[in-house]
Amino acid sequence: MSILHTVNKSPFEKSSLQSCIAHASEGSALLLYEDGVYAATKGTSVSDLVAGVAGVKLYVLGPDLKARGMQEERLIDGVTVVDYTGFVDLAAEYDKVVAWV
Amino acid sequence: MKFAIQINEGPYQHQAADSAYLFTKAALEKGHEIFRVFFYHDGVGNSTRLTTPPQDDRHIVNRWAALAEQYNLDLVVCVAAAQRRGMVDDGEAERNRKDATNIHPKFRISGLGQLIEAAVQSDRLMVFGD
Repeated sequence: MSILHTVNKSPFEKSSLQSCIAHASEGSALLLYEDGVYAATKGTSVSDLVAGVAGVKLYVLGPDLKARGMQEERLIDGVTVVDYTGFVDLAAEYDKVVAWV
Repeated sequence: MKFAIQINEGPYQHQAADSAYLFTKAALEKGHEIFRVFFYHDGVGNSTRLTTPPQDDRHIVNRWAALAEQYNLDLVVCVAAAQRRGMVDDGEAERNRKDATNIHPKFRISGLGQLIEAAVQSDRLMVFGD
């Protein structure tokens, strides 16, 4: 069964990203949105953790990146930017959605 | 596809009330069905018709009401969460002898069973909040 995990809090504020990554299995996906987008950038203390997740597709919500003045060039390699329509598509594509609120 | 939406966060608090709205709108525009939007915990604050944000700010309550009008959405406010936070409709005002109401007419107060039913009847339950 494939799962879309969503994380909406900064990894520097809460540990939901770390918990999510510890539980996400191969074939699932992780969407970072709201303050969760901070985890998608290179050069942070969680970059290696995020970049090292095996077999989990990484997505970030573009409008939330933009709202925080973050540039796509700074994203970790392999992270795909989606808009709200893309968010809806991911939720429909995966069998279940787990919100790590 | 059928979606159920759960909102646990109040308006103008962080971003969940906005994310939930924008997700719901995008899903509807894509032709998906929204079985129900359930406002839980501090999320019940999204239903007060007395909200008056500055003119250049988004009106979170009216925005939901307009979307409900356009797509005939079922906006349900958790009764226990509402009672704790002073969110009152006509029925609750009468039952609890309150002298005022504040729930927007496009929302309705009901119980947690409505959330369970929405989760069972929908293909996906999307949770937004803290």
